[in-house]
Amino acid sequence: MAHAATHQHGHEARSATVVHEEGQAHPIRVYLVVWGWLFVLSLFSYLVDFFHLQGLLRWTLILIFMMLKAGLIVAVFMHMQWERLALAYAVLLPPIAVLVFVAIMVFESDYVHLLRLSYFSADGG
Amino acid sequence: MEAIAPHAQNAAPPRPGGLHGFVLDWAADQRVFKGVSWGKAMMWIFLLSDTFVFGCFLLGYMTMRMSTTEPWPNASEVFALEIFGTHMPLILIAIMTFVLISSSGTMAMAVNAAYRRDRRLTATLMIVTALFGATFVGMQAFEWSKLISEGVRPWGNPWGAAQFGSAFFMITGFHGTHVTIGVIFLLIVARKVWRGDYDSGRRGFFTSRSGRYEIVEITGLYWHFVDLVWVFIFALFYLW
Repeated sequence: MAHAATHQHGHEARSATVVHEEGQAHPIRVYLVVWGWLFVLSLFSYLVDFFHLQGLLRWTLILIFMMLKAGLIVAVFMHMQWERLALAYAVLLPPIAVLVFVAIMVFESDYVHLLRLSYFSADGG
Repeated sequence: MEAIAPHAQNAAPPRPGGLHGFVLDWAADQRVFKGVSWGKAMMWIFLLSDTFVFGCFLLGYMTMRMSTTEPWPNASEVFALEIFGTHMPLILIAIMTFVLISSSGTMAMAVNAAYRRDRRLTATLMIVTALFGATFVGMQAFEWSKLISEGVRPWGNPWGAAQFGSAFFMITGFHGTHVTIGVIFLLIVARKVWRGDYDSGRRGFFTSRSGRYEIVEITGLYWHFVDLVWVFIFALFYLW
């Protein structure tokens, strides 16, 4: 471990210089392609509403377009796909806690909804 | 650092990637985020905390919407506009979405130009980005005044569940504030780029340190995040 650490230390000095010179420099074409896709995906999500799609199809399409757009922005525009996993995991994994929270609140709001239905039903609520 | 270990610099093997590299980075008893400056790492951590803030807003909105017994107002109709006599559902929100995505594109170009040391182009693209951002905020102000004049309040509205107003004003208001702060941030950095602060090593008034072109990328991270949040608001609040 000490051996590896020495090497890493030396390498860090070099790569720090390189990074300062180059930064996140990528071909412009990549940005233009992603930009185009973001427009197309936004148009698709608007069309979902425009054509009044309903039910499961609507939710599925909305969520797919949402995740694709979010993924493109984070991966390319925010350069996450070129960062080391140490940073990517530190930023991308914690939001899973929000999803757990969502799951908890789905059960909770179903329960509250049920309570409201049974208590407010007397006055037509 | 270069003066201390000139030999190690030449001898160092490349850092391993993948999961092995991930474990080494975190276990190295050194800085974890190799090749990432403190400024960028801190911006990412701030954005992570902001993710939780907006995550909880959207979560609260979901909880209210799922638990209310009254019908939820139809966003498609609430945000519809009459344009040249045609009834367009959700058109204002669609235009706002396209404006924000355009601004994200010009921001990405600005970051690219900054790393090529193209001062004029970088500053111009950042100002264009800021203009798109200001347009977005202006349209949001129009949307708010339209809804307020129609009787939407945080405690009630003419079309259904009272929680609609509170969720709407809270979420879009907080997002609009972020856009406004982003516009100010962009203009400040654009001015410094234009003046050539990052070539001449001129010191900032706040930190009294000289900056680097990396600040353009860090500003870009914030701006793209604002766009990212809008992607979720657009899908979950306006389209759902």
